[in-house]
Amino acid sequence: MKAPHTSIGQKLVTAMMLTSTTVLVLSGAALVFYDFVSFRQSLAQGLGTRAEIVAANSTAALAFDNRDDATQVLAALKSDPSTVMAVLYDQEGRSFATYPSATPPAAPTAPNRRGTWFERSFIVVHRPVLEDGRALGTLYLKSDLRALAGRQRVFTLVVMLAVLGSIGVAFAMSSWLQRGIAGPVRTLADAARLVSESKDFAVRASVVSDDELGLLARSFNEMLSEIQLRDAALRASEARLRQLNGDLERRVHARTAELETSNRELEAFSYSVSHDLRAPLRHIDGFADLLRRHTLSGVDDKARRYIETISEAAKTMGMLIDDLLSFSRMSRSEMQQRSVNVNELVAEVRAALGAETADREIVWDTPPLPAVFGDPAMLRIVLMNLLSNAVKYTRGRAPARITIGANDEEHETVLFVRDNGAGFDMAYRHKLFGVFQRLHSAEEFEGTGIGLANVNRIIQRHRGRVWAEADIGHGATFFIALPKEGAAQQPYREAA
Amino acid sequence: MSELRRVLLAEDNAKDVELTLAALEEHHLANDVVVVRDGAEAWEYLAREGRYAQRPPGSPAVVLLDLKMPKVDGLEVLRRLRATESLKTIPVVMLTSSREEKDLIESYRLGVNAYVVKPVAFDAFMHSVKSLGLFWAVLNEPPPGTIRRVA
Repeated sequence: MKAPHTSIGQKLVTAMMLTSTTVLVLSGAALVFYDFVSFRQSLAQGLGTRAEIVAANSTAALAFDNRDDATQVLAALKSDPSTVMAVLYDQEGRSFATYPSATPPAAPTAPNRRGTWFERSFIVVHRPVLEDGRALGTLYLKSDLRALAGRQRVFTLVVMLAVLGSIGVAFAMSSWLQRGIAGPVRTLADAARLVSESKDFAVRASVVSDDELGLLARSFNEMLSEIQLRDAALRASEARLRQLNGDLERRVHARTAELETSNRELEAFSYSVSHDLRAPLRHIDGFADLLRRHTLSGVDDKARRYIETISEAAKTMGMLIDDLLSFSRMSRSEMQQRSVNVNELVAEVRAALGAETADREIVWDTPPLPAVFGDPAMLRIVLMNLLSNAVKYTRGRAPARITIGANDEEHETVLFVRDNGAGFDMAYRHKLFGVFQRLHSAEEFEGTGIGLANVNRIIQRHRGRVWAEADIGHGATFFIALPKEGAAQQPYREAA
Repeated sequence: MSELRRVLLAEDNAKDVELTLAALEEHHLANDVVVVRDGAEAWEYLAREGRYAQRPPGSPAVVLLDLKMPKVDGLEVLRRLRATESLKTIPVVMLTSSREEKDLIESYRLGVNAYVVKPVAFDAFMHSVKSLGLFWAVLNEPPPGTIRRVA
């Protein structure tokens, strides 16, 4: 968090100073103005009083037409230096006496105006001189305003000094007072910055006040407590999760080790099967054969048939063992998936089946097929099983019809092999893909029951699906669905 | 015990020995066979040690080795033969029930001359053993130092 350009303290001081300065200046100006007006008023009053006294003193001089007396009365005005001119007029408005006495002859004639008024920087009084209600003349007094100006200067200076002093005091006080507001705000801001920088939720804002700032600080602290609690809970659950993960990993390792062990055991087992189970079979067949040779002429047909049955049974078991081993190898061997041309595979498999189909009437329907994604060697085994089954189970059909087709779907390619052979009972379709599961007797159709189990295992390893539809006596269709390259993989699961 | 025979058959299973000899008999090769019952005995015979310390010098034209034998297995016998200067040229054929790829690979890596899987069907087994005997004991020209066939 960046420190603000202008702190809240500065803003508060500025606001308070603007307010107090404005108030002080306005009050000072009002004071100066009021003083000016009232002092002028009192000057006018004082001049009026003086005029009244002079007028009262001049009545005798006017009544007796004594100019010297009048001049002397006026000369008494000398005591007030602000009086610049005084003129006493007789009844006709002629100048009777003047002050100062050396007034130039152009003494003004009596103005028509009576009363008190201001003339530029002078106050003027012109009033009648009365005796017992009879007007003897008029008195004209003119006084300058230098007293007013002087007073004004002093007063303004005093007010200005007072205002300046007050501003200074206001600045000092506002600087001191803002700390009560800006201080807590800064403390709060510092706490917030510390929290956001150090991610330490144990930080608390130490603001002690009972106003909105105190409320804010308490809310902030409560929020931090809440966050601290949740943070602790989060860390605890993270730790728990890590521990669980660790446990899980250890268990996965342990399980993997177990699986590797059992895989090794399985390999050892199939090795034993391949080596140790074959030997007795070879002995059974071998000694049965030796027995047959040894007793070539001396046994009857029944005994010879028994010996042949022993040999055949041994050979069949040898085949079963070989098929089981190939199935086991198929489950373990590495897959190498790539784009596979199914048309080529079908052609290869049909060529390999040449011997079995040579004396058969088979109508092959093989439209062009799309490429699929898979292990070519394994898919070859799948097609070999499906096609040889189709050939085997259509034995006796003339003609046999075998169709190899495909449905290209969005995420997978479905290949199917359809025949018009013996079919099977759909009630047993769940047994179709099991190891050593057969739906026909060995007398009817030979086989070890491993072919479709191999198909199922291979397609499972390709994350695909296998299923079949059939009608007894009318043929069967086997489907294999292979996911397209990059298609979302389905979970690997064992077929029922 | 000290007779010179052209074929050494190392086989722990008595029935297999009997069947093998029965097959070789068809080419009248049975009398040319020395039978040992485990890898240790095979080694002693070939290296003229222990029980066979007194046998006259000379190597068999072929050694038919079973893979799985007590004490010392076929692969170990083969490894020792190929590591011994005087014995490394003796032709060795693995005659075994195992189709396991790792056995096949290991045998060839150690320098076996042939690898034959014993068929379960006896006629096929007879055929294999007879062919082997005919080829190695009769047709093949063995390395110098091999016991000559007494015509």
